Amino acid sequence: MLRLTAGRVGCLLSRRAVVGMTNSGARMSSHSHHEVSDQVDMSQPMYWDRLDTPLPDRAWIDVLDSKDKSLKQKEKGPWTALSKEEKIALYRLKFNHTYPEMKKPSHEWKTVIGGMFIFFGITGLVVFWQGHYVYPPQPHTFGEEWQAKQIQRMLDMRVNPIEGFSAKWDYKNKQWK
Amino acid sequence: MSLAKPAMRGLLGKRLRFHLPIAFALPLVAAAAFKYGVTEPRKQAYANFYKQYDTTAEFNNIREAGVFESVRPTGK
Repeated sequence: MLRLTAGRVGCLLSRRAVVGMTNSGARMSSHSHHEVSDQVDMSQPMYWDRLDTPLPDRAWIDVLDSKDKSLKQKEKGPWTALSKEEKIALYRLKFNHTYPEMKKPSHEWKTVIGGMFIFFGITGLVVFWQGHYVYPPQPHTFGEEWQAKQIQRMLDMRVNPIEGFSAKWDYKNKQWK
Repeated sequence: MSLAKPAMRGLLGKRLRFHLPIAFALPLVAAAAFKYGVTEPRKQAYANFYKQYDTTAEFNNIREAGVFESVRPTGK
């Protein structure tokens, strides 16, 4: 499940990237007509490498030279007549990446973690500056004496005498158990 | 190269046969663990506390500490 959504997000990112800079890679070079502008014609069938949609709208290589054309003719006959290399060549005509090639791990996680830590660091600096320059003085109830008086009062009131606070205080010897 | 035909049917049944017993057993175990790890000791703690709880003596102790508003400590 996770891999599917990652593939989807990855495809979205790559699709947006491709639409933005469409002259990248063999994707445009194998397409039959040349675009005047820098845009992919989204009204034409597209090719994609996606884990969750295995069969794209068009093959990877559209424009076949004579060798490919004769191979495609041979494909119309019995496939047992095809050699292993021919089968692989037909696959590579139809698809750009194999599934293992699509799933190949990248080094992106290092960028992500690194960026995370950078922002943690910046945030830490901001928080420190804030603690020094923004925060008002602490309430008087945080002081040592007040806290001691508070604890004594809680013990006098027998706060949670069975399992909690006062249960840990030895009333006879006036000390913590 | 001939791969084995993958399982085409009964996938949900297989998953349920594996996961449902676990889904029933784990909560039961969790409940039993909580009962005998938490609630039973707590009940015992309360029972023990109140077995030797002298109400009047404790009242006087708290009164002397001065936290009550309805009675002042003795002597004032």
